[in-house]
Amino acid sequence: MRYLRTMLHHLQKDLRLEWRSRDAVIGILFFTLLVAVVFSMAFDPTGNPTLAREIAGGLLWVGLLFASITALNGSWDRERRNHVLDAHRMAPAAPSALFLGKALANFVFVTLVEFILAPVFVLFFNLHVLGQVWWLAAILPLGTWALVVNGTFFAALSLRTRNRQMLLPLVLFPITIPALLAMVQATTGVVTGEFEPDLWLKLLAGFDVSFTTACLLLFGAVLDAE
Amino acid sequence: MKRFFWIWSAVAVALLAYGFWQGMYVAPTEATMGPIQRIFYWHVPINIFAEISPYVNMFSSIAYLLYRGKDMHKAMIADALALASAEVTVLFVSLGLMSGILWGRPAWGIWWAWDARTTTYLLLWLLYVSYLLVRRYTSGVQAYTLAAVLSVFAGIDVPIVYKSISWWRTQHPAPVLTGDGYLDPDMKRAFAWNALAWIMWGTSLVWARYAIIRREQKIRDDAALEAMEA
Repeated sequence: MRYLRTMLHHLQKDLRLEWRSRDAVIGILFFTLLVAVVFSMAFDPTGNPTLAREIAGGLLWVGLLFASITALNGSWDRERRNHVLDAHRMAPAAPSALFLGKALANFVFVTLVEFILAPVFVLFFNLHVLGQVWWLAAILPLGTWALVVNGTFFAALSLRTRNRQMLLPLVLFPITIPALLAMVQATTGVVTGEFEPDLWLKLLAGFDVSFTTACLLLFGAVLDAE
Repeated sequence: MKRFFWIWSAVAVALLAYGFWQGMYVAPTEATMGPIQRIFYWHVPINIFAEISPYVNMFSSIAYLLYRGKDMHKAMIADALALASAEVTVLFVSLGLMSGILWGRPAWGIWWAWDARTTTYLLLWLLYVSYLLVRRYTSGVQAYTLAAVLSVFAGIDVPIVYKSISWWRTQHPAPVLTGDGYLDPDMKRAFAWNALAWIMWGTSLVWARYAIIRREQKIRDDAALEAMEA
């Protein structure tokens, strides 16, 4: 019960801070939008609707991944500046509650961006979705959580290293690529309607469960790694 | 212990030579692929070791995390073993990937197929390179802890590598040893000698690196002690 309360406090704090500044959400939103615009210059989405369907899923996730990196790098910065991590190390509260609150807050931000961007992608790429759209209700949250849970964890891990801005993508990408593959494939399956995304969803769910467990168990070690 | 290391390494080198002879001259030429198939005698043993050493890395990292703060002596031993096995993992996965690429060109017609096994193997390589990068970008005791945490994450990825062959469609040959492929007894013998040789050779590499890292740790400790006394 106390664990839940600590976690909710952190979540509430992060959401409130974000509500007041809106830095992260605007950053991710604009960055992903830019990725979509830049890529639509590399090929002609209106002239080639089949190609557009095949790559739109990949573009959305790659854009979100890059954008989340920039936001995640900043997400622990405030805590470091204000010595929240030191305070938390001395507090009797569970370290993973801090992590879970932060990860959930990041999850909310990225999901919010997805809700705004998914229609924009459909509009820009003239997408005519051929599969079952309701699959996305499972793919988007599971994929976002896979990005965010590892991203938040490795952002905390990179805090103590030299050139930490550089290290986060170097560590996060190799770990997340299986999940990225699964979410891109699942989304492509929905958009093209050529195959059912259920196998990829299972992979994604398995990835989420195992890495969430690992993050929760090991966050304590990262927090007091001195 | 030191003498045992030299004996072990000498036996490994002798076995490598004997395995080379077995694979090149004794084993019969495979019917469909021809002589290209002989790369199998190195590719598979190297990859077997490359799948063992990540586990050594993961278990010693877990040992480090458990001993950290309780028994620093044991923790440092675990960390040295973790670093040594991570370095050898990168080396062996590189060799495995390269031998796979050499085999892929004549057998598949392309250097690199983005099939499940090769891709996940590449991921294993990326994971351990990023492990070494974390160690390079961090200093002091933090480096050991952060690297150990990353290693556990990488270790979770290794079963995904292994399982991927059955999860995803693949053009990698089905496992001949556990699947229903047939292997000539001479081929089996050549393979077994090479497997033994490469596992011993890999072990002696890890061992040598471990000894060097332990010595570096001792030098650092002595220097720190001297600085405190001065």
